[in-house]
Amino acid sequence: MTIPAAVQTLHPTSETVVEVRGICKKYSEVEALRLIDLDFPRGKLTTLLGPSGCGKTTLLKIIAGLIQATSGEVRVNGRTVTGPGPERAFVFQDFALMPWATVMRNVAFGLELQGMAKAERQSIARNYIAEVGLTGFEDKYPHELSGGMRQRVGLARAFAVNAEVLLLDEPFSAVDEQNRRKFQEDLLRLVDKERKTFIFVTHSIEEAVYVSDRIVLLSRRPGRVSQIIEPKIDRTASPDAIRRDQGYLDTVEEIWQGLKHYVD
Amino acid sequence: MMIFGYRVPMMASLMVWCVIWELVGQAGLIFLIPPLSSVLVAAAALVQTGTWQAAALITLHSFVVGMVLAIVVGVTLGVLMGRFKAVDDLFGIWVNIFVSAPLSALVPVLMILFGIGETTVIVTVFLFAVWIIVLDTRAGIQHVPNSLIEMGRSYGATTFALYSKIVLLAALPEILAGIRLGLVRGVKGVVIGQLLVSIIGYGELFELYSRSFDMENFWALTIILFAAAMLMSAAIEHVEKKVDYYAGVR
Amino acid sequence: MMAPTQVDGPVRAVHPPVEGGFSLRQYPAFWRMASLALFFLAWEIAGRVPISYAFPTFSATFAAFLSMLFDGSLFAAYGETLQPLIIGIAISGVIGIVLGIVMGLSRSAEWLVAPLFIVLQAAPMAALIPLITFVYGIGLVAKTLAVIMLALPVIVLNGYKAVRNANPSLVAMCRSFQGTKLQQIAKIIIPDASPVIFAGLRLGLAAGFIGVILAELLITPTGIGDLITYHRSVANYAEMYAAVVSIILVSTLTLAALEAFEMRVLRPEKRRG
Repeated sequence: MTIPAAVQTLHPTSETVVEVRGICKKYSEVEALRLIDLDFPRGKLTTLLGPSGCGKTTLLKIIAGLIQATSGEVRVNGRTVTGPGPERAFVFQDFALMPWATVMRNVAFGLELQGMAKAERQSIARNYIAEVGLTGFEDKYPHELSGGMRQRVGLARAFAVNAEVLLLDEPFSAVDEQNRRKFQEDLLRLVDKERKTFIFVTHSIEEAVYVSDRIVLLSRRPGRVSQIIEPKIDRTASPDAIRRDQGYLDTVEEIWQGLKHYVD
Repeated sequence: MMIFGYRVPMMASLMVWCVIWELVGQAGLIFLIPPLSSVLVAAAALVQTGTWQAAALITLHSFVVGMVLAIVVGVTLGVLMGRFKAVDDLFGIWVNIFVSAPLSALVPVLMILFGIGETTVIVTVFLFAVWIIVLDTRAGIQHVPNSLIEMGRSYGATTFALYSKIVLLAALPEILAGIRLGLVRGVKGVVIGQLLVSIIGYGELFELYSRSFDMENFWALTIILFAAAMLMSAAIEHVEKKVDYYAGVR
Repeated sequence: MMAPTQVDGPVRAVHPPVEGGFSLRQYPAFWRMASLALFFLAWEIAGRVPISYAFPTFSATFAAFLSMLFDGSLFAAYGETLQPLIIGIAISGVIGIVLGIVMGLSRSAEWLVAPLFIVLQAAPMAALIPLITFVYGIGLVAKTLAVIMLALPVIVLNGYKAVRNANPSLVAMCRSFQGTKLQQIAKIIIPDASPVIFAGLRLGLAAGFIGVILAELLITPTGIGDLITYHRSVANYAEMYAAVVSIILVSTLTLAALEAFEMRVLRPEKRRG
């Protein structure tokens, strides 16, 4: 079940979309990330999991091109990342919705920035609003939605630009527990349907095991890859069955044993 | 701002403006603006005169008395408005009107009610400063999390202890912000009051120097006044920063 | 990693109520009326006592107000007072917002200009009003300058602070969707900053009212300031009080109208709920 990090990176699959090579990040004196090497395969959901301050969000933002790495490089489809690009879309922890814009305009915003005509971008946006279950809310403003619904808007916005890689930064951390479970199920459905590459950051072990094809465990500052785990879970089973599955429970326990000594 | 890799503090750019002032003054472009250097010389001489010292003292006195009244009344009213809806409903509209009303129009009324003298200036300072203190205190009290108050109650705090040990302290960042803004407004109040009353303190000197076109002394007065206002504002800001840390974690 | 409430960064709890975030809307109409009625009643009683020979009753003041309204003297006075105010605020608004945005976007402009306006904002600019007369006499220009001197600093500083503190998460969002710098400014930063910019305009207008009245009382006996001075000199106290109350009323209503305009036109999301 557990494959050492070194072995994994030495054998990148032919389907690798995102390659992270020797990424280091220093904030003046603090070393946030040290020599991260990772591959993210196409059509899979990979989770970056680790204790607070392990730099998982920093790594995600480096992949997004929102933060410059101190050294090392990120390649997407073989091209080196120098900044944000159309093949990557980001879902923000605090949703990052424009309070002055309707759900429709928020979802279509990525397309609006590309200069797409209004009718065209709205029809695409309408499609994804339906996909995340918000039909009927097109003309609402973010403050009229619950936290869970707001993040659905953020998700629809990321899907609307049809990026190959979706980067999700703790997307459900500001969403209450019941909504979060529903969300995780919807996410699994979308992963299956959209066949995109997902990179997901969370600090919840259960969430990581439930949604991930692969889990990358990062160690505490400086963040390094300590372990890569591929949960063996039958995704065709019902959500409730998965949460009771022995493989699921064992993986959660295994990760917890690995992370326990970081908790103070 | 970085110059040659060094961080230059923001306020340093004021030196640039001082140099520009000096150059404009030296060039004699506008007869109202003498060079900064001669203004500073005038200021040094001015502070040694008895006239200035007496004017400064009376100005300071009006300001301090007016401010103390404004802080006591403002904080009290703000706390009452923050805690009791009836008080809030009753005074809310007046506080909101007066916080942005053109109070300069009220000074003539004060002059006939309180006489052309120091009382009018004190009341002007009070009226300029008090409303923003009320508003900020009220906001601060309303931001005190209910759980803190419930905590106090559940551990058996008396009403007095609840206010003195929890509510007022928890609202301190906002109260201090209100007092700082109140002080800035109070300085404007003391100047406007004295300009309109024009026979006491700084207002009298302003009147005197501007009528006799004594621009060096006029600007010297202004510079001392501005510097005093800035210093006071900076001092309060310093105190504010000390309590700022808990504004985020309440 | 971070609590979601902290993501917004520099937006602190301490300041929103401070820089012009007040509103009359939070008080229900009934209480507003009751509070006004109570105040006027207290005024009437104090006037009947009387607490001072120069303290007219509310009813006398109200009668004076009506007669000044109908004989046209109020309208003539406001014509003279509001003209420099509107011109001054328009000029301050344009200069202030442009300068504020430039300072918010450019570190060097911030370094050079921000401290100057911080000083001007904290300093009693009213002290300089007597100077204006020497250069520009006692006409429209002098009054307009008085308005600009008092109104400009707060408009500039609000614009600057609003742009500088634009929600970093929204800015990152715009970047992540490859928004250009221009799109970032036009579609994110300025809409995000507009409530605070507008609060600055309201504060500027309030300061402008103080400035124009002060100029009329101090240097140019015209407009509403002259009305106050004149009635005081002939001991028509009811008329004098009526003029003072009317200017407070006009400034309050203007500020409320500006706020209503902002809500209706610029903040569609505030219209409901």
